This record gives sequence, C-alpha cells and structure tokens, in this order.
Amino acid sequence: MTISRRSLLAAAPLGAAILAAPTIARAQNAGRVVIIGGGFGGASAARFARDRFPNLDVTLIEQGRSFTTCPYGNLVLAGRRTVESITFGYDRLAARGVRLVHQRAAAIDPQGKRVRLADGAEVPYDRLVVSPGIDLRWGAIEGYDEAASARMPHCWTPTLQPITVLAAQLRAMPQGGTFVMAIPDNPFRCPPGPYERISMVAEYFKRHNPRAKIIALDAKNGFSKQPLFQEAWEELYPGMIEWRGASNDGRVTAVAPAAMECVTEFGDRVKGDVVNVIPPQMAGRIARDAGLAAQSGWCPIKPATFESAQVPDIWVLGDATIAAPMPKSGFAANTQAKHAIACIAASLAGRAPPAAVYFNTCYSHVGEDYGISIVGVYRGGERLTEVEGSGGISPRNSALQGERRAEHRRLEALYADGWYDAITGEMFG
Amino acid sequence: MRFHTLAALLLLAGGPAAAQTADGPLLAGACAGCHGVTGEGGHGIPNIYHMHDRQQFVELMRAFRTNQRPNTVMGRIARGYTDAEITALAAHFARAQ
Repeated sequence: MTISRRSLLAAAPLGAAILAAPTIARAQNAGRVVIIGGGFGGASAARFARDRFPNLDVTLIEQGRSFTTCPYGNLVLAGRRTVESITFGYDRLAARGVRLVHQRAAAIDPQGKRVRLADGAEVPYDRLVVSPGIDLRWGAIEGYDEAASARMPHCWTPTLQPITVLAAQLRAMPQGGTFVMAIPDNPFRCPPGPYERISMVAEYFKRHNPRAKIIALDAKNGFSKQPLFQEAWEELYPGMIEWRGASNDGRVTAVAPAAMECVTEFGDRVKGDVVNVIPPQMAGRIARDAGLAAQSGWCPIKPATFESAQVPDIWVLGDATIAAPMPKSGFAANTQAKHAIACIAASLAGRAPPAAVYFNTCYSHVGEDYGISIVGVYRGGERLTEVEGSGGISPRNSALQGERRAEHRRLEALYADGWYDAITGEMFG
Repeated sequence: MRFHTLAALLLLAGGPAAAQTADGPLLAGACAGCHGVTGEGGHGIPNIYHMHDRQQFVELMRAFRTNQRPNTVMGRIARGYTDAEITALAAHFARAQ
C-alpha cells in the first residue's frame, strides 16, 4: 500500500516535483507517535497511521477496553439496536501493530515530550495526538452535578453514563407521561444529536406510549437540519413534540432533581417523568491540564494541520477542538485524524504538510425509513472554511415529490447504516 | 506511476488548490467513511474501489456535481472538490488495494 521513495525515483523522470507530491511515501525517519484517546479521532488516527505510514511507531493510550459509540446510541432508545451492537474492542487495532495501553493518561509533559500514565509509567513521544473528547461542565446548569445526573441522565458520554440508563427510564415511564430534554447552546458535541434523540424517543413512544409527550427546552434559537427535523416530526409524530427555543424561554438555567424539574431563564418550571439534561461542555481534562485549551475550555488548532495552536508537537482532534465551521462529529474527527497523521509523518520527514481538505457527513435517523443528512467539505489554510457551493442539508419536502421523497428518505436511512458500518469497520475492524 | 505525472501537470496548469498537489490517497480518506476502507461499502453504498476506468469515475463525479445524476449526498460532496482532486481520486480508486 505504501509507495517507496526508491520506486518513485525510478519511475518518475520529472524528479523533485513528483517526489514532493504524495504524502503516502514512507516517512524517512521512523518516529514515535502517541495517541491519547481511542474514540473516533484516536482510533481513526491509529488505523490510518498503520495503513499509510507503517514506519511510524504508534501507541494508543485508551483507558477503556471497549468503545461504545455515541452515534447510534439514539437507536438504542428507539429499540432498534442493542448497546452491544454499538460497542467495539481494540483487538483488531492491536493486531495491526498499534501498541495499546489500556490506562488513563494522567498528564502530559510537553517540554519532556512524555505522557504520564495513572500508574506513574511514562510514555515518550516525538509527536502527540490528543483526542480526549469532552468533559461535561458540572454546575453550569445550577443544580446539575454528577449526583443529579443519576436522576436526570445526560447520556452524552458513554464512558460516564451508558445510553441504557436513559433507555430504562423511558421504558419505565408511565403511559401518557412527559419526556423533557434540556439542550445546550453552541458549541457542543454533535449538533444534530439531541434532535435525533427526540426523534428516536418519539419513534419509541409512537409504538409503546402513544399519549406521551416530548418537551425540548433549547438554549438556542435554531438547530442543525431544523426544517428537516420539524417537517418530519409534523409528519411522523404530530402533536407529540414541543420544541421551545431560547427566545421562547427555552434556555434551562437550573434543575431541581428531587422535583424532576427544569427551570428556565425566566423562571418557568417544566416537570418531566423522565428528564434528559445535556449540559454545556468543554475539552477533556487531559487537554485542559496540558495547556492545550483556551479560556473557553476548547482547544485552538492550526487549520492547516490540526496542530495545537498553543503547544508544539501536539495535535488535537475532534470534539475537543475549536474547529468551526466543522461540527463536533465523529466523521469530522476521522478526517481530521487522517490529515493530522499525514502532517505528522511529513513533519518527522522534514517535508511540508499536504493541503488540508476535511470532510463531514452527519446522518440523522428521524423515523423508520426516514433519514436526513448534512454534508460539509472544508479547507484549512489561514482559517478553516467551508467550500462555497458545496455541502448542505438534504432536500426539503417541497423539493421532493411523492414516491421520490419516500425513496430519498429511505435511501438516506440505509446509507446512514452503511456509514456506521464503514467507519466503525475502519476504526475497529 | 503515471498519476504522479498527471498530478504534476495539473499542478502546473493551475486551479484553486494549485499550491499543493492533490493527494489522492489522503483525500480518499474521507470517502472511506461511507464507502469503506477496502470498498466493501454496504447498505446500498457502492464499492468504488477497483474502478479501473478513471474517466468513468471523473464523469460520474461531474454528473453528481451538476445533479445530472440523481443522488442523495454525492452532489453535495462532489461540489466540494476541484477537478485536480477528482482526477487524483480517480487514479487512487483505480488501483487495486
């Protein structure tokens, strides 16, 4: 799969111009690449490094011995998937030659270029990839601390709280009960995620609790793929879902867990039989402790490479980064990871980094045989920009007639499954 | 090795990404997210590996760009890439993995 520089020299009479081009040529110096975090960013980086730059020495530090994806967690709520079916092990990555260290990364020493593990052992690096995901801002919503989350789950970080907690609460909800969701302001992990969750809970209710109601309290005035979601909700779950935006007093500023109430900005108390609070977030702690984060709690990166804008020889990927207009999504982390590894290989070989082109497609399941998507193609130079005239959301109902509409929605739901299998297959297969 | 020559010529010819040559294998990383790493695709997503006819790949992507060919996401995707990048991708997918 790799092209040796020697064979390039032999076959390409145009010489230096050709040699400068592909980054898939072997790195001249093997280097030690350490990756913190075995999620979408980290696992993708590890796989890509083994496939394309086999000279690199790759260590993946991931505390968990398995990984449950956030994507498709909402399908567990709908009863379409089991949590086992969205959980993966690291054996295949290890078999590909990634050194797996199943320990918590406790601290980074950027001067000494070492990662210290929880047991005190040290892992030296030449280049470090930090893909830690998010931490939740406990207390940002008054009263919403870890204790509160047992009663009012977030289920927004599988390692902290498996989706099964919310699934069990929904199944135990009385007939005709109310499900309340508190949705945060931007930026947060997975912009369409809360709305796919509303959809999948609605799908579950439609079948098992048809008189149940869903109240979504949103700190924002708009959301990803909004017209598509709202058209679908109207069609599939009429009268079940109420979405309140910020300008309609939708922002939740406090919770009263004992009373199962969300309290809004202007003092409205909204009670639920089941309450899902998605709190404000920030970059994972390992990144913040290492000085990789800005005041906002998110990590600034150089758009052309995803190197940290604050600490040398460290790349930051995924949800932890400030990478707008790219969304905080698994697919975004996956393409950032690949570019980062290519840049790391180039840097170790003393070559210029390749041109930065990043990509994302977020699929959302709204109902049975009903999928929608948002696409983004991005370039990284001085800034991260979306390619004009490209990307965007699936067509609205008005743009699709009759049979074509049903077929389009059915295909997107199907392709969503294809995406999920392809990307998890790449990381863990 | 001819795709390197072609890529260099396109580089000389100019275009939006002219500063650096289109890196087919790296760009293809994004495609793998849906089409799979070795083209297994699945769930209706076609296998695009071993598309030995590079011109067919280029023409397909052009047809997606203008929505001449019905699609769900490929039009929105194809409009994100330059001619040089699509040519580089075509060469990448033409090679056996």
